[in-house]
Formats: sequence, C-alpha cells, structure tokens
Amino acid sequence: MVWLFAILALGTVALILAVLYRPLGDYMAWVYTSRKDWKVERGLYRVIGVDPKTEQTWQAYLRGVLAFSAVGLLLVYGLQRLQQWLPYSLGLPAPSEPLSFNTAASFVGNTNWQSYAPETTLGYTVQFAGLAVQNFVSAAVGIAVAIALVRGFAYRRSGTIGNFWVDLVRGTLRILLPVAVVGAIVLLAGGVIQNFNGFTEITTLTGGSQSIPGGPTASQEVIKLLGTNGGGFFNANSSHPFENPAPWTNIVEILLMLMIPFSLPRTFGRIVGDKRQGYAILAVMGVLFVASFSILTALESAGMGTAPRLAGGALEGKEQRFGIIGSTLFATTSTGTSTGAVNSMHDSYTALGGMIPMLNMMLGEVAPGGVGSGLYGILVIAVIAVFIAGLLIGRTPEYLGKKIGPREIKLASLYILVMPTLVLTGVALSFASPGVREEVENTSILNPGPHGLSEVLYAFTSAANNNGSGFAGLTADTPWLNTTLGLAILLGRFVPIVFVLALAGSLAAQDKVPSTAGTLPTHRPLFVGLLTTVTVMVTALTFFPVLTLGPLAEGLL
Amino acid sequence: MNTSTRSTGRTTWVAVRAMALFTVLLGIVYTLTITGIAQLAFPAQANGSIVRDGDSQVGSALIGQSFADGDGVPLPEYFQPRPSAAGDGYDAGASSGSNYGPENPDLIAAIEDRRAQVAEFNGVPEDQVPPDAVTASSSGLDPHISPEYATIQVARVATARDLPIETVRDLLAAHTQGRDLGYLGEPRVNVLEVNLALDELER
Repeated sequence: MVWLFAILALGTVALILAVLYRPLGDYMAWVYTSRKDWKVERGLYRVIGVDPKTEQTWQAYLRGVLAFSAVGLLLVYGLQRLQQWLPYSLGLPAPSEPLSFNTAASFVGNTNWQSYAPETTLGYTVQFAGLAVQNFVSAAVGIAVAIALVRGFAYRRSGTIGNFWVDLVRGTLRILLPVAVVGAIVLLAGGVIQNFNGFTEITTLTGGSQSIPGGPTASQEVIKLLGTNGGGFFNANSSHPFENPAPWTNIVEILLMLMIPFSLPRTFGRIVGDKRQGYAILAVMGVLFVASFSILTALESAGMGTAPRLAGGALEGKEQRFGIIGSTLFATTSTGTSTGAVNSMHDSYTALGGMIPMLNMMLGEVAPGGVGSGLYGILVIAVIAVFIAGLLIGRTPEYLGKKIGPREIKLASLYILVMPTLVLTGVALSFASPGVREEVENTSILNPGPHGLSEVLYAFTSAANNNGSGFAGLTADTPWLNTTLGLAILLGRFVPIVFVLALAGSLAAQDKVPSTAGTLPTHRPLFVGLLTTVTVMVTALTFFPVLTLGPLAEGLL
Repeated sequence: MNTSTRSTGRTTWVAVRAMALFTVLLGIVYTLTITGIAQLAFPAQANGSIVRDGDSQVGSALIGQSFADGDGVPLPEYFQPRPSAAGDGYDAGASSGSNYGPENPDLIAAIEDRRAQVAEFNGVPEDQVPPDAVTASSSGLDPHISPEYATIQVARVATARDLPIETVRDLLAAHTQGRDLGYLGEPRVNVLEVNLALDELER
C-alpha cells in the first residue's frame, strides 16, 4: 500500500510537471531572448540607469552579479541591525552581529540557512522588506547566470553573453512575480495565513492560554519555494500548519519548488536550437530524482533504528497529515533542488534515511537543482562527461558544437572542486581546531555519537550547496558556525558563478564546429547514462569516507 | 581613477538603485497586494482559521493545543493530541520538533515512557499504541492524530463523560478525515474539533 500511494503522489507531481514542461520552458526561453522590453521594464531601466540594448562581456556581467549581491548583503544586514527601530518588529531587538551576517549571506546566497527561530528573532519588516525581496532576486540571479551559460553555447564568436540587468528584471517581473501571485492565492485558499496581527491570545478549551502567531506568511511562503530559497516564516518551516496546512497544499508546494528547475532544460534546448538536448538533461535529472525518492521512501517506511522500531514507525519529527510519503517526497524535492525547506525534521530520520537528503545535496544539487543553479551545475558536469568520453575514445571533446579545450576543462574542474573543498574543510576545522571542537561538541551538537558528526556534516553540505535545510538539532547560532557557515554560503554561491560566467565567455567566443562521425551525440540514452554516472561518481569518491563516519556508522553498526 | 574602478563604481550605483526599486516593489507593494487579496477573499484562513465556541476564540483549526490540566496531567474527558516539542508542549510561539536522532537515548526512553503511559491511561495493551501517540511531530503543533490513536481513546473518553461508547464512536467517525483526493497524505482526526464537538454534545 505504501508503494501504491508513493507512486500515485509521485505520478501526480510528474504529470503536472510534464504538462508544464513545454509551455513554461518555451515561455522562459522567450523571456530571455525577446528583443522587446515591456513599458514598465523600460521605466525601470531608466531609473536604474542601464541601456537594455547593450550586451555585456562576461566580466561586466559578473560585476553586475557581484555588485547587486553585495548591495543585497549590506541591506539585509543593515535591516536586521536596525530592527528595534523598524515598524512591525513585534518588540524584538536586533540579532547579534554574527547572526545578522549569517542570515544576510544566507538569503542573498539563495540558501536560507536559518541559525535562528524566526518567531522569536525577526519581526515582520525584516522578513518582508529584507528576506522576501532576496527570495525573489537571488532566484532571478541564479536563472540569469544559467541563461548566460546557455547563451555561451548558443552564441558564435561573440564577445558578450547578454545583459545581467535585463535578465534580472525580466526573470523577476515576467517569471517569478506572476507565478508567485497565483501560487500565493492557492496557498491562501488552503489556509496559509497572511495578516499583520501579531500574536492573538486565546483561551483554549481547557482554560489554558495559547498565543496564535500571525504575519505575512503566504506572500513569503510561495516565493521561498518557487525561488528554491527555503527560509521559513516560522521555525518549523513548511511543517508548520500555517505554512503548509494540508496534504494537497503539500503537493502544491512541491510543484512550486520543481516547476522552474524541471522546465529549464526545455529553455536550454530551445535557446541552443536542439530540444533533444533538453530532454537528455531532463532525463538525467528525472532518473536521479526518482531513484532518490524511492530509496528514501523505502528507508523511512522500513523504519530501522532503535527509536523508530520502539515507536512502531519513523514518525518522530513527521506530521500526521503528511505521513511518511508526504514527508519523503518533500524532503527529496527540497534537497534535490536548492530549496532547503522542510516539512519534517531530517535530524529525526532513520540513520540511512537521513543520509539521502545529504547525498542529494552532495551531488551538487542537480536533480533538478535550484532555479538556474541546477541547470548550470549539470551543464558543467556535462562538460566533464564529454571530456571523459573524449579520453575514452581518443577524440577532441566537444559539446553542442563547442570545443572543450584546456581552458574549459580547467574552469569546469575548478567549479567541481569548490563545494567539496568547502564542506570537508568546514567539517574538519570544526572538529580539529582546539577551542572550536569543545564549543561544537558541547554547545552545537544535540545528538550523541556518529549522529553528532552527521549534524555538522549536514550543516556544511547544506551551506556550501546553498540548500539551507539542516539537521536542525544543531545549535548553529554560535560565533564559529554563524561565521564559517556564512562564508561557506557566500563562497559556495559566488565562486562557482565566477567559473560559470568565465566558461560562458569562453564558449561564446568560439565558433561552432560542425559535428562529424566522431562526435559523441549528447541527446542519446548513452550520454544520459554517462552523465548520470559521472554525477554520481564525482560525489561518491569525494564524500564516501566522511559518510562512513556519520550516517553509515550509525545505520550499519 | 582608472576605467575598471570607475565602472565598478558605476555598477555599484546601478545595483543600489535596482535593489531600492525591488525592495519597494517586491517587499512592500507585493506583500500588501497579497495581504489585500487575502483579507478580502479569504479572511478566515488569512487570519489563522480561528475556531470559536460561542463568542470566545478557543484556538485555531490548524494549530494543535494541549488538553491537560495546569500540571500537565492529561484530562480523561478529552481526546489527547500527540506529544509536542514546541516549548513546554503546543507553545504556538515556539514551533519545533525534538530533532532527536534515531539512536538518541533520551528519545528511546521517552518513547518507552509514553507507550506505557498511553496504554495505562486508555486501558489498552501496549502493542495497540500507534506510532503517532509516542512520537513528537515536526512542528510541535500538529493538530491531528491518526484514527488508530483516536480509536483507543474512545472508551476512556466515554467513561469520563458518562456517555455511551456508541455516541463517542459516531462523533469520532464524523470527525475522521480521509486522505486528500483519496490518496494524498494520511487519514486524520482534528483533535480540537472533535473535542469541541464533545463539549457541545453535553450542552
């Protein structure tokens, strides 16, 4: 029965995504290639002072990304530090400096790691004027960078890769905002709250008292999912009944997370002029997603481990209305994309079950990945895959008519190395640095034994991949973790973007080489298999040792 | 000033203006628009699905609450919710799961205690206690319990209220919700709603 319901739930999601794939993918391709600017957009460009008709070199494009994100970082940091003077702050003081830095980095970096409990830390103004804005624009930045890379493949002998400001404005106004408004109305109908009431004091049926929270939740909930951000309005995130009230809203939220990442391969196929290339990428994403969901559902349903066995099922940290399947489908979605929202507590999953969300992130979040970041992530791995295939058959590797030379391989390799370096260094320093180790063990870690290591490993994996979910028992509001996780977020977001845009510039400058009998076709099942294997191999080789110390030790011993 | 410094400065100024515009549009206009739609079209939901008993607000249909006395002893005349890790239990200002891992000794001990307590409280054998009765939810505010957990509570509630078992059983059946669309999520019972219906029965 479990499997019947699992297949029906997954089938519903897959069916709706399949219906959306072509229209949404084609629409997004039009958004980023159309020559016409809307009237309101022209007004915007005039105010911010850019000429939408001028394309930028990759360096200028990158400067735009970095400057815009730096301004966002300062704004969100500043808003938090000034919180006590802002309206609708519910009487809350400013968060500490390390915490404000961590939160600012986290929301600008499309991560939404939360070292804090929102109910008792942030008032409404910081949430809607600071965080929700970043939920939109950090997502638009991600899609923009992916589109720039796609243009690199599509352009010939071009010194430019598009205009960052145009991509940013169009992604926000033409894609994210309209879907967000519709999505918010659907969630409102389902019971998600949207008010400025503060806390409502009520007397319960037994005469006790309860403070029912308020807040502009729906407006933030929808974009946190659509933009694969993940930062909850409440501490319990999407397991809070005011964020996710019913099994059907759970499916709506899953669809919001998946619709853009799973449709971007179509956009890619359209822009490079070969839709079959999009289907190949989609197939890799789909295979990895379904495999991950199946394994996680099997592990959580089996409920291995002392506590789940005693309880008769792995329901600690899961909501009754979602059950196991509603929880595992959400967890797979949230960590396969870069969302990091949770509707169940991953820290309380079975030992091996809890490893699956970690693995989804360690894959580099490409199944299907965050908005934009998933597509550019998998295209970089595709570059590596054609290179490996080229070595095997002794041909010069090429992808979509572009030669993959030393410069391209160097950039792709550097991209691949950033995330594991950040994760493993962060975990190692947390346990090897004298002074820090005591704080991590005594203050931060909640669960004893190998599970404690898993909490820290999960945190750095989540930060460096810009996911934002956590083994939430970890107390991350310490100067060490706030600072290092904040840095891991910023480096994990922007260093790879430097390499992606450099790669885009390098590809755009090339002419297309005609395909010959020796060219590896990149739209066939053979390539789908190769790309899937390379994605899994890179991860397995990098992270297997540390996983044996955490979840594998806990689950198998 | 060389060219690259100048263009970085210019880019930053563009970025500042863009961020200011987006803050007004996406932070303020968007939030207020959604709030307006919410308050006009879905006022009950948007304000927290508040449940009333006569004139007084007694809770939210979406937020679980405690049915224990001041000392935390469960009241036999009410259906009992799941264990909660939100504050001292069902603290709606502190939503949270326990975050205990599967081998955590505190969790293992808690499950053993809860199983014994639930079995004794309801007068059923320990192997009839379902998993949701002994585990804390993710939000700590789970408004629901499983039909299995509700069923083992029927006799105890009926005795405490001096009602026929059949009456309580029928009431429970009327408040048991199936899966959404027949296949999404799990069957469930809203604890506040069924308890409110019980109170109304006696008036």
